[in-house]
Amino acid sequence: MTLWAGVRAGARGVIWYLKGLLGEDAYEKYVAHHAASYETDATGLDRAPHPLLTEREFWRDQTDRQDKNPQGRCC
Amino acid sequence: MGAASTMSEGTTQEPTALKRIPHDLAVALDPEARDAHDRQWTPLKIIIWSVISLLGGLSWVMLAVVRGETVNAIWFVFAAICTYLIGYRFYSKFIEKHIVRPDDRRATPAEYKADGKDFAATDRRVLFGHHFAAIAGAGPLVGPVLAAQLGYLPGTIWIIVGVVLAGAVQDYLVLHFSMRRGGRSLGQMARDELGVIGGTAALIATLVIMVIIVAILALVVTNALAESPWGVFSVGMTIPIALFMGCYLRFFRPGKITEISIIGFVLLIAAIVGGGMVNGSEWGQTYLLLDKVTIAWGIIIYGFIAAILPVWLLLAPRDYLSTFMKIGTIGMLAVAIVIIRPEINVPAVSGFATTGTGPVVAGTLFPFLFVTIACGALSGFHALIASGTTPKLIQKERQTRFIGYGGMLMESLVAIMALVAALSIDRGIYFAMNASPALTGGTVQGAVAFVNGLGLTGVNLTPSMLTDMATNVGEESIVSRTGGAPTLAVGLSHIMQQLIGGTSMMSFWYHFAIMFEALFILTAVDAGTRVARFMLQDSLGNFFPKFKNTSWRPGAWAATAIMVAAWGAVLLMGVTDPLGGINTLFPLFGIANQLLAAIALAVCMAIVAKRGLFKYLWVVALPLGFASVVTISASFLKIFSTTPGIGYFAQNRAFANALAAGETSFGTAPNVLAMEAVVRNTMVQGVLSIIFVVLSIIVILTAIQATVRAYRQRSNATSEDDAVQSQTYAPAGFIMTPPEKVLQAQWDALPAEKKIKVTGH
Repeated sequence: MTLWAGVRAGARGVIWYLKGLLGEDAYEKYVAHHAASYETDATGLDRAPHPLLTEREFWRDQTDRQDKNPQGRCC
Repeated sequence: MGAASTMSEGTTQEPTALKRIPHDLAVALDPEARDAHDRQWTPLKIIIWSVISLLGGLSWVMLAVVRGETVNAIWFVFAAICTYLIGYRFYSKFIEKHIVRPDDRRATPAEYKADGKDFAATDRRVLFGHHFAAIAGAGPLVGPVLAAQLGYLPGTIWIIVGVVLAGAVQDYLVLHFSMRRGGRSLGQMARDELGVIGGTAALIATLVIMVIIVAILALVVTNALAESPWGVFSVGMTIPIALFMGCYLRFFRPGKITEISIIGFVLLIAAIVGGGMVNGSEWGQTYLLLDKVTIAWGIIIYGFIAAILPVWLLLAPRDYLSTFMKIGTIGMLAVAIVIIRPEINVPAVSGFATTGTGPVVAGTLFPFLFVTIACGALSGFHALIASGTTPKLIQKERQTRFIGYGGMLMESLVAIMALVAALSIDRGIYFAMNASPALTGGTVQGAVAFVNGLGLTGVNLTPSMLTDMATNVGEESIVSRTGGAPTLAVGLSHIMQQLIGGTSMMSFWYHFAIMFEALFILTAVDAGTRVARFMLQDSLGNFFPKFKNTSWRPGAWAATAIMVAAWGAVLLMGVTDPLGGINTLFPLFGIANQLLAAIALAVCMAIVAKRGLFKYLWVVALPLGFASVVTISASFLKIFSTTPGIGYFAQNRAFANALAAGETSFGTAPNVLAMEAVVRNTMVQGVLSIIFVVLSIIVILTAIQATVRAYRQRSNATSEDDAVQSQTYAPAGFIMTPPEKVLQAQWDALPAEKKIKVTGH
């Protein structure tokens, strides 16, 4: 049982790492950030800074930002 | 010590308002507890570091002193890893303590500018992989292969020692300084620190260097794909595969990156296998057996289209594939080298080191070793990455050592493995592959005659060795496949087939390696063109304001066309060069890259001086001095040398004189047309060398001026962003230290609602 749990934890770790490396967790991070900034704003001003983008909108926005701000790849 | 501490009081403006424990929990370790842990040498710690030191020392003895008939590849790996560990543990900590002086009480841009998109705190281990994937490309794979003609020792020493004292220092400092400035780019930092003249020179130099680097990377791919239907098919297939992945992510399942990357990877392998069938088919031989000029035009047209297409369609998906392949292949090669442990049958230092007559790249060990191997030891291009995306993603200040310094050590290890792969193949085959067609005539007989005529001991090349190898790797011929990529691919397939598949799998591994290199070179070409286009538009915008608007289509297309024309011209020049192309152009690539390093280090030196840390200025001045001496002397040799094989203008004069004398063939140029091409090419290369060296000297002089001024005035002027209180905590290195574990456990135990939320605005 413990071995099985260890394997599962290891596999979860590998998937977590791969997703992070390829940037798949970007939307989750964005949602978390958005929720956090909304909460702090709520205590004072009570307004969300920007409406939350849907997943599809977020990914479109992300590549559009890359279009406007290209990053070099190394040699 | 007293002098240093009083100096630091006034200079690095200790932000006294910052709190270590702003709320419930500490955001930084107690400095005393942290240092006490570092200083505490437990018996286990002593044993571990003794073993590392002894093993490293033994490996260096095996490489440098024993030098038996053959030397085992495992010693290269041990010498490298042990030296890196020691450099990381001791030298980078020294730099951290005395120059970088990170402060975890201070929020990083990812915290105080957090927007959930461009500025987003990223786990240090993930960011390490991210940063490594962005800095490691074809450079560390190609340079060491070409430098292998000098013997195994010079390249090994330069890669390992160079990275510890120069390359990793540059990456670390640029990353940290950019992070302290909200992720500002190298160009902006140069302007801030060096003033208008130095800043402008740095900007122009960066633009020209970018063009040269893209051109030479494209030349490497061209040489690898010419006369190879298999390579053309499998690399060509990456375009539809990437387009499919792009559409999948855009319209079908947005954000499912891992899933589509795995699908893409499977398709990629299918394309490599399919390439083998195409290679055997008649239509493959008829339509895909292309010469260099055709391939070069294909890459130029591709480069233009790729750079104006939206990122989501081609660049982003191919980037995912490239990351996947990069990490996978490098890991695979490392495992294979450790298991197979190939014997290396190459002299420690070959005669070419002193005569400078090596057929692969001309020139003596000094200075040309240090420009042939740029990436892997010291690479200026990294400064552009370290002042780009990475500083905007760092969670805590102390992590820059692991990501900046540590990331570069990883790249250096890749360079060592590439060197081992190149050294493990037969030396005769190595020279037959890397001597230009001008020397071998491009035929098996010509190559055999040329290589055996070099008079190298222990080298006895036979025609069947070349034809057998060509058959095994599924190519028409392996003679004069210059550029480094095919040699590395032969080396990799030679090692991998011993692990999996035997000789029958060699052709698969060869084309796997070609695909792996072509993937990230094409990404670099595409991304480099885009970056250069933005830089050009920004500069043109000063004269024609309309160009500043980067979404103005005609302007974007015109600027892209100019940049593609610039690198395309250099590429075509290299492809058609009667002197061989890669051997005349590659030094320019290395010089350009090292001059960019000199510029980056010059900026760092000015910053360190302005912080008042004169006592430790040598940490930056040492690599800066070395890079300056190497590149300026290499440039001067390229400009002023009277040996035609080395000096561009000497070559130019020799051919011009021959033309004037009415000769119809000269040296390796068979006709007047080729002679005129040499005159033209050498003039362009010579002028480029002059531009580089003049710009770099301006930047270095302005940096020295800024340093002296800082010393005289003790001005403490800083261009850093204002310090902001941090509210979060994360450990610094890959493995948590015991004090870090304690604090991290406290943070983990904190109820979610009490965790301070990270907000940007």
